Amino acid sequence: MTIDWKKYDPGECYDELISTPGYARAAARNLTSWLRSLSDEELQARKVDAELAIIDKGVTFTVYSDGENIDRAWPFDIIPRVMPIREWRRVEDGLKQRLKALNLFIDDLYQDSRIIRDKVIPKSLITNSKGFRKECVGIKPAHRVWAHICGSDLVRDSDGTIYVLEDNLRVPSGVSYMIENREVTKRVLPELFENNTILPVDDYPDRLLEMLQSISPSRRAQPEVVVLTPGIYNSAYFEHAFLARAMGAELVEGDDLMVDKDDYVYMKTIQGPARVDVIYRRVDDLFLDPEVFNPDSALGVPGLMRAWRKGNVALANAPGCGVADDKVVYSYVPDIIRYYLDEEPLLPNVPTYRCNDRQQREHVLANLETMVVKPANESGGYGMLVGPQSTATEREEFRRLISSNPRNYIGQPALHLSTAPALCDSTLEPRHLDLRPFILQGRDTYVTAGGLTRVAMKRGSLVVNSSQGGGSKDTWVVDNESG
Amino acid sequence: MLSRVARRIYWMARYIERAENTSRLVNTYHFLLLDLPRGTQVGWEILPVITGGYEQFTERYQHHDERNTVKFLLADSKNPASLLNSIASARENCRTSREVLPGHAWEQINELHLYARARVNDALPRRGRFEFLTDIIHRCQQLTGLLAGTMSHDHAYDFVRIGRNLERADMTSRVIDIGAVSLKESGESSGLDVHVWTSMLRALNSYQMYRKDVQIGVHCADVVSFLLQNDYFPRSVAHCLDQVEECLGDLPLHKDTLKHVRDVRRRVTRVKPHKLDAGSLHAEVDRLQIGISAIHRQIRDTWFS
Repeated sequence: MTIDWKKYDPGECYDELISTPGYARAAARNLTSWLRSLSDEELQARKVDAELAIIDKGVTFTVYSDGENIDRAWPFDIIPRVMPIREWRRVEDGLKQRLKALNLFIDDLYQDSRIIRDKVIPKSLITNSKGFRKECVGIKPAHRVWAHICGSDLVRDSDGTIYVLEDNLRVPSGVSYMIENREVTKRVLPELFENNTILPVDDYPDRLLEMLQSISPSRRAQPEVVVLTPGIYNSAYFEHAFLARAMGAELVEGDDLMVDKDDYVYMKTIQGPARVDVIYRRVDDLFLDPEVFNPDSALGVPGLMRAWRKGNVALANAPGCGVADDKVVYSYVPDIIRYYLDEEPLLPNVPTYRCNDRQQREHVLANLETMVVKPANESGGYGMLVGPQSTATEREEFRRLISSNPRNYIGQPALHLSTAPALCDSTLEPRHLDLRPFILQGRDTYVTAGGLTRVAMKRGSLVVNSSQGGGSKDTWVVDNESG
Repeated sequence: MLSRVARRIYWMARYIERAENTSRLVNTYHFLLLDLPRGTQVGWEILPVITGGYEQFTERYQHHDERNTVKFLLADSKNPASLLNSIASARENCRTSREVLPGHAWEQINELHLYARARVNDALPRRGRFEFLTDIIHRCQQLTGLLAGTMSHDHAYDFVRIGRNLERADMTSRVIDIGAVSLKESGESSGLDVHVWTSMLRALNSYQMYRKDVQIGVHCADVVSFLLQNDYFPRSVAHCLDQVEECLGDLPLHKDTLKHVRDVRRRVTRVKPHKLDAGSLHAEVDRLQIGISAIHRQIRDTWFS
């Protein structure tokens, strides 16, 4: 028995590989016909190869349970997701445009707040934002860029439109898995790379290093770049270690750094203190510097903010850039793009209703069953209401929450996330997915070729988070047209 | 290299070595006691004395018998120097410096940890003790070999060797002390010294090497000289200090530490075992241990802070 694509039916949803049962999309045709040439046994053998490769390479993520943290093997589906290069270039331009505008926005907020004076967004939105740091007012980071690394979540609705669902500007993670997914796919499906022109993704660490060096305040030929991690108990520790190793940078914890009387940052090495120019920090704002933020933080470095404000060290992402990583601010991004760039947004937002506006709130409350309601400042899918899958009690609960703190909630129509075939037991079945590309901005702007595709491995599920049964798959941007 | 990484690697190596040494100590002591005539004053209590946990031991245990002593040394989670805690500390230090260690080191140390935790109670009665402790010793040696054979011999490995050899020198000096104390308590001329010193040699896995070196028999002064001053035996204090000295040469900022090591090394050379009685031997070992602690503090202040 081999794969019968006629039996694969994505239903109403947009499928990334198959347009209608039996017909593959142009960019995916090489892939689907090759897959059909494999016997079931061979397909299963490749799946086992992938599982072994992941264990061998030690690709893990951390889950917490019973107070112990456990490294779990990274869940991976071997069937790649394919995107044609022409479509991808449009997405790429849209992402660059978006991050450029967001950085102008953040910079404006911490300088003159023109956008508020011009009444494009209300002042209360910023003063009530959890991500706004008054300590950052007046600071002018290199290239006037605050969010150097952004992971934007993209979803595709049933009509094929790609929307930006959210922009992760604080400490977005996942890029190491994007690279590992490709490595594993190359090992287990090598034949496919001969017949397809697939854009490589493994240049990311070099681009990241280049970007980090471009924001160095010192004129040294080899600026000292380090990765600051909260330590091994953090769920993304694998990634911190991965990126540090790939860039040849030291992986440091708060204790390894100190700010001396000269207000420069040094790391403690066996040769003595060594000056640090750029810190790629994977520690949240509020834990960065116990002198300024959370005084109990053991993860941070006392005096770090002082050194940064004086321009003696660069921090990526800059503290305070989380102000733009807020679901209500998100709803203004199209206006923000128009305001700063005088351009129309290339990528649409998901239509968003702000609950602090009476009319929009009433719309949300009247349509809870078909909407997704999200709190403004959470990430990782916490504190959400997914209307179509909710109970009456849950909806009542959210009715109360929204009425008591409208600024904290937004509503969006529930989208029909697109699907792609995943290898489930012995057959291919459609599973919902999203896509997280990573955008870098320093002196230049760069977007990964594709990104991390996350898959909800349970039938019908829309939850793609790895902590909640989500998996992932390799993402191909293919250029089969230019031959 | 980061100071934190150096510190963790150093401690990992010390704890692996400590786990191996503790196992061997308990194992041989068991056999020594089987050989001694009934009613001999020498008891299990001496082990907590030697390993530095006597106060805690007497506070927490009413009966200072074999079972409690062995429990304290191997399984007691409140004794920081217990076998289980040494292994757990080695594991934790390895876990937090995985980026500079070979991947298999973590796997093996994790297995060692799981095995020790699951099986330590077998070692409390005499019957299962030998097998358990021998397994632990083998697993520790495997780890030491794995690091030697698969890790780049760079600064990180220098800290592995420094940690291992300081811990070894420390343990050898403690074992010499057990010999001294046992003899003092049982009377030096009681004819027991052959048994006592043979056991001590076994505790350091050195009986065979000793016999190769010294053919005439097992005498206190010869054994002490072998364990303290032999240039070639890897567990003699002199050899351990030479290893530390060799590693220090590679490291930056080594001047003060090197001076400390050479001072202690010179003192070891100057000891005249034939002229010492049990009491003055004990005093000599005491001074040696103070010297070893001073080396450790110097290392800590130079590279770990």
